[in-house]
Amino acid sequence: MLNQILKHPLRLVTVVTAFTALTACATTDAGTRSVNTTKAPLASPATINATAYPSTYAPPTVAPLLIRGATILTGTGARLEETDLLIREGKIVAIGRALEAPAEAVVIDARGKWVTPGIIDVHSHLGVYASPGVDAHSDGNEATAPATPQVWAEHSIWPQDPGFEAALEAGVTTLHVLPGSANLFGGRSVTVKNVPSTTYQGMKFPDAPHGLKMACGENPKRVYGNRRTLPSTRMGNVAGWRAQWIEAQEYMREQQNYERRSAAAEKNPALRPPKRDLRLETLAGVLRGEINIQHHCYRADEMAIVLDMAKEFGYKVTAFHHATEAYKISNLLAENNVCAAVWADWWGFKMESYDAIPENMVLVDAAPGGCAIVHSDSSEGIQRLNQEAAKGMAYAERMGVAIAPEHAIKWLTSNAAKALSVDSRTGSIETGKMADVVIWSGNPFSVYALAETVLIDGVTRFERSARHATPQSDFLLGQPAAMEVLP
Amino acid sequence: MKFIKSISIVMLAAVGMSFTTAAELDLLIRNATVHTATADAVTPLKNTDVLVQSGRITAIGKNLQAPAGVRTVDAAGRAVTPGIFGGLSRVGLEEIGLERTTGDHSHRLGQMRPEFDVTMAFNPESMSLGIHRSNGVTFTVLTPGSVSGGSLVAGLGAPTSLDGTLPGSNRAMFIDIGGDANDLSGGSRAAQFMLLRQAVVEARAPNLVMVHDERLLTPSGRQVLLDYLRGAGPIVFDVDRAVDIRRTLDLIKEEKIRGVIRGGAEAWRVAKDIAAAGVPVIIDPLDNLPDSFDALGARLTNAARLRAAGVNVAFSMRSPGVYEAGKVRQAAGNAVTHGLPWHDGLAAITRIPAEIFGVADRFGSIAVGRPADLVLWSGDPLDVTSLPQLVVANGKLQSLESRHSALRDRYFERLKNGTAR
Repeated sequence: MLNQILKHPLRLVTVVTAFTALTACATTDAGTRSVNTTKAPLASPATINATAYPSTYAPPTVAPLLIRGATILTGTGARLEETDLLIREGKIVAIGRALEAPAEAVVIDARGKWVTPGIIDVHSHLGVYASPGVDAHSDGNEATAPATPQVWAEHSIWPQDPGFEAALEAGVTTLHVLPGSANLFGGRSVTVKNVPSTTYQGMKFPDAPHGLKMACGENPKRVYGNRRTLPSTRMGNVAGWRAQWIEAQEYMREQQNYERRSAAAEKNPALRPPKRDLRLETLAGVLRGEINIQHHCYRADEMAIVLDMAKEFGYKVTAFHHATEAYKISNLLAENNVCAAVWADWWGFKMESYDAIPENMVLVDAAPGGCAIVHSDSSEGIQRLNQEAAKGMAYAERMGVAIAPEHAIKWLTSNAAKALSVDSRTGSIETGKMADVVIWSGNPFSVYALAETVLIDGVTRFERSARHATPQSDFLLGQPAAMEVLP
Repeated sequence: MKFIKSISIVMLAAVGMSFTTAAELDLLIRNATVHTATADAVTPLKNTDVLVQSGRITAIGKNLQAPAGVRTVDAAGRAVTPGIFGGLSRVGLEEIGLERTTGDHSHRLGQMRPEFDVTMAFNPESMSLGIHRSNGVTFTVLTPGSVSGGSLVAGLGAPTSLDGTLPGSNRAMFIDIGGDANDLSGGSRAAQFMLLRQAVVEARAPNLVMVHDERLLTPSGRQVLLDYLRGAGPIVFDVDRAVDIRRTLDLIKEEKIRGVIRGGAEAWRVAKDIAAAGVPVIIDPLDNLPDSFDALGARLTNAARLRAAGVNVAFSMRSPGVYEAGKVRQAAGNAVTHGLPWHDGLAAITRIPAEIFGVADRFGSIAVGRPADLVLWSGDPLDVTSLPQLVVANGKLQSLESRHSALRDRYFERLKNGTAR
């Protein structure tokens, strides 16, 4: 029960903390399971709204689009030469040669161009550590307590961060925005589509599950050790995590106990639902398999401890992030079906990154069943994830391992989509998938490649030949220093 | 997983093995595409040979004969460039970013100490040198930083080879201007210019009688600053905002300093002024976000626009992290993608920085008579898809092995055995 991985992670199992004389099932929230007890003694209706803060993202309707004659890297491992791609109503509807253009279709001649799925960054702090990096924009770490699973990164996102547009111009169509790594449990992370919006709800990827950001190693123990509170050591980190999971188990037991008793319709005026607790709600969501674990962890030995902890409490680690020593345990990670989201060539900025090597990516990938992801953790890096992958390919070649472009593209598309549980809908070029697509000037694994056209759900969100005369972000709008007119 | 049988790589590794202990390199590189990066070099020399004898370049031309006993490497048309510049860095000054006992790049003495010479902390046996060499980076500028508790006058740094020798006599002074240095100037950038002018007065009038409390500089600090005001070396101003760059240019002109602008996020907005002043600029060409209110005009075409205005442009990453020295080449490639001519992109990470720091006779170009400091590449030298196949730094052939490759080899073996766990 505790490690039940839902087949449909979006069908959130509602935790009922209170109930009503009325039929709470009347709620229109899809998938809400509620308890119908007409004998319930409590007056005020209160269920947990599992779809609170819903996505309001709705792509506009546009004409069908036919991309002609491109080299397509599908994200599933295939490379299709001189192939057409037909997009209609936001979806990929046909892939093949000599496709017929619907009457009203816009046709793009992409001969000589390369087409890939939209790039997905599984580790971004855009919006929560927005540009400009002023003190007021430090919204990524709720570093006031070591365990803050109750905070949601989406409530910190500033949609006017100019970094979103820069990432769009680099082909990033989907990104996962996380809290920082000061805390053992940093809070919930969120998947967004990289579309301009005044509200974050207008970017929120519909029905994508939350993540929970956790952090190993130096950051939590440094931040809290300096305050003379737990954790100040790595053993303190582990104790801090376990204490929280134990509380979450107890919380779930209380709820199950309450549900059982209320379902039995016991006439017991003293029966009260457990008090709703946002912190434990998140942790329980992980234990029920509804929330993915995105775990910041550098060292191999610490990742192995985390895997044991996940077994102890019956949950699954979706991906280790940064994972600079993932290459030391590539077999172990693959056997546990855990992805490693890594940089190409960051090293030495802290002790736990001292053994980072640029072959990390390819060694993780080369393990049977291995899942490598290129991530950014950077407003600069997110603008060239294709180049980060290309560096990994170059180091692979130096060690005698050939990585084809059609394989490497998985590191920044389909593998990333898998780690965000949106792989059934985006991350690859297959019929029926969201038309999140990039047309590149050439082979994307080159410093000279530029994203020329970026489509999100079939809508052209960036066209290099017709760049916006004004910035999308309100912040840069009307700024003298950002204008072409010289002082 | 496919394994490439790469004859050339195997061959070059063998060359490396046989030469690592040789004190003075003799080598003929045949049939290369040679990018000399000299001032007049716009197109590369195709099908060209480079002869190195006793560590120096003795001939560049077609169909050169290998003297007796000189080993020959066939480049098969691949590119040869000068060794690459690692930017203004902390290589050998910092082993691990967050560990203070391993970081010596900046002082926190709370005083203006222009005489702080960071090269006295340089550790030529830092593991980072071998990593950067194996990636084609052969020289860098050891750079002091302005950190909280320090001074906006960071002190002295120096260009140095990454071959493991110590820096020569060239030095440069580093000064920080702008909002990020407000904490070092009582809260205002206006005070930065005030403090600098006060320091100049002290340096130019060493016999000025002042009670101790009024002085900014120590006696040795006054002497060092005076030397730089007289042109002992370049003074590098870290400044981003367009109007601050103009004020810095005024200071450079008034005091007749060998000035250099670094950072320069908004430099393109005052490119004509910079060109007219004849001041070179060291930028991070990846800067394109308004990371601060000093950089609202940051954009990817900065390098191309500066160059088009006639400014000499060199590249360094903005972040001084040790690993960033390996990213300068990628940054140059991106500048080319955004409009900078290719040969200017290469010059920005070879000859131009060598000229700025007074070591163009040792680094940054391939010319007869110079010490051999060059790289043979697997492909386009400015593309991320390419890596070095042969590296010569300061006249010595360098191993492509490093701490990174040792870790790689250990765990690649374990992976092959299924024991990476």
